Amino acid sequence: MNEDSMKRIRKAERVNHFMTGLLYAVGGFFLVLLIVLAGYIIISGLRDLKPEYLSFTRQGIGNQFFNTVYLVFWSLLISVPIGVGAGVYMAEYAGDNKFTKALRVSMEALSSLPSIVVGLFGYLVFILTFGFQWNLLAGALAVSILSLPSITTTTEDALRSLPKSYKQGSMALGATHWKAITTVLLPAALPRIITGVILAAGRGFGEAAALLYTSGQSTVLNWNNWNLTSITCPLNPMRPGETLALHIWVLRTEGALHANSTEVANVAAMILVLLTLGFSISARILTWRINRKSTGEK
Amino acid sequence: MNRFKNEYAGRILVTICGGFLIVLTLIIAIFLIVRGSVTFTQFHHSVAEFLFSSDWSPEDSAGAYGGGVGSAIYIVGSLLTCGLALLIAAPFSIAAAVFITEISPELGTKLFQPAVEIFVGIPSVVYGWVGMTVLVPWIRDAFNAPMGGYSVLAAGIVLAVMIFPTITTVAADSIRSVSDNYRKAAYGLGSTRWQMIWHISLPAAMPGILTGIILGLARAFGEALAVAMVIGKTRAFPDSILSPTNNLTSAIASDMGNSANGGEMNMALWSMALLLFLISIACILVIHLISARSQKKMLGK
Repeated sequence: MNEDSMKRIRKAERVNHFMTGLLYAVGGFFLVLLIVLAGYIIISGLRDLKPEYLSFTRQGIGNQFFNTVYLVFWSLLISVPIGVGAGVYMAEYAGDNKFTKALRVSMEALSSLPSIVVGLFGYLVFILTFGFQWNLLAGALAVSILSLPSITTTTEDALRSLPKSYKQGSMALGATHWKAITTVLLPAALPRIITGVILAAGRGFGEAAALLYTSGQSTVLNWNNWNLTSITCPLNPMRPGETLALHIWVLRTEGALHANSTEVANVAAMILVLLTLGFSISARILTWRINRKSTGEK
Repeated sequence: MNRFKNEYAGRILVTICGGFLIVLTLIIAIFLIVRGSVTFTQFHHSVAEFLFSSDWSPEDSAGAYGGGVGSAIYIVGSLLTCGLALLIAAPFSIAAAVFITEISPELGTKLFQPAVEIFVGIPSVVYGWVGMTVLVPWIRDAFNAPMGGYSVLAAGIVLAVMIFPTITTVAADSIRSVSDNYRKAAYGLGSTRWQMIWHISLPAAMPGILTGIILGLARAFGEALAVAMVIGKTRAFPDSILSPTNNLTSAIASDMGNSANGGEMNMALWSMALLLFLISIACILVIHLISARSQKKMLGK
């Protein structure tokens, strides 16, 4: 080997070492960034935490917290049946035809829609066209439009990843295709579908742009009022229902008016991050359990 | 009858669910097109004026028109912030994707994947809030920025952090799916790991990486509140990346509720929403184009 090629090899090795180090640095940078970011949000939330901020009054964010959970509950009530149904169609019945193609294109279009555009659509349909006031149900409908594509895709993937023998076995025993789906395939795919729903719920908690002009930017609840038609009744979905994420958006401009609005927003941010974190961790544990079960490890 | 109950009823039910998604998409598209085109049909503005003029002075009462609906400031604001976000996020995200696939797959799956999921899970208002309370004051102090640090730079950084998980995940999937034979062949010819990554892995994964970048771009374009919280919302072209400006989503988010329903301003904001919708559709088309081209290449045509 002559001098020149030795030089080239050494240079290549130096570059290799340098780039490996650089890539490690980038990887480390992201982990540090995440820890600092999440840590900052949680610590500043804890620092500013006072019991009255958690109360169900005008000063606290209890009502907003309740609205967030209640809104996501409604949105799942709407999006899960439709999403799972469409996912079953995609995995089991979809033929190679125009309808299926249109459905694929629609799902892609829906999943890439900016959430503010979905919010405007909700505003146009549920508020302007039907003449309702801001209401929680309109917000839930907007959020369900956002979560429909992901629930459909997860259901489809979950059904497709099942062994073929499940379907063949049950149909060989005389079940119709639909019977096989409801009694064998869906139950087997359920854990994966639930994981997908949990992730969708986690995203729903943090949604704000789609709710700006649907669920309204204020909330007044009377926790002794259980008349479902009253606009202060907590369980009435046709009342304005500001969520936690929206509350942060509203608070951002009120620093001058209320001295403690920054503190409240910090607490709200912490709760939102913990909520979404909790949901993504539980989805992760569920996935891990499914994998462990399917590979037969203990 | 039994056959109907056991098979066709269910089949019809799920087909209706699928059909509902198609109808929903069509309705959204139609509503946006109808509402967004009023500016051009009823109020007689040209598309060129809307896209290229910076004269934004629409009338704000129902039925009145005659003001200017030039949205160039908002469009340029969106382009600049998204461009800056890509400039920051793309190299880092691709490096992170290479790290979790080629350098340390074990750390990648055990530490990085969960970390990326957490990044995705943080709500966008929270990104905006941290941007507003930490990043904006920092930019003000570090660079002596006008307008207290509300700037294109702040918006670009916040967006970069938000789109990094998207690009990284898609790029990593694409690098992972590069055939191991390629890697073995490169090592067999005496490549170092970096030479293999640079000359083999990355070029082979390029269509997927581009797809990731476009998905990130689409997300950045559509992001509303996080940007609105840090961009400053001034109606002027920015002088530098340290000066404030405005963008499409922030304008919609802050003005839609304050403008008279059916007025010129209101309708111009709907035209912006239509523009956002068209951009997201265009992004999908580009992704399809990329994958069609790479498939053609793979088949050797």
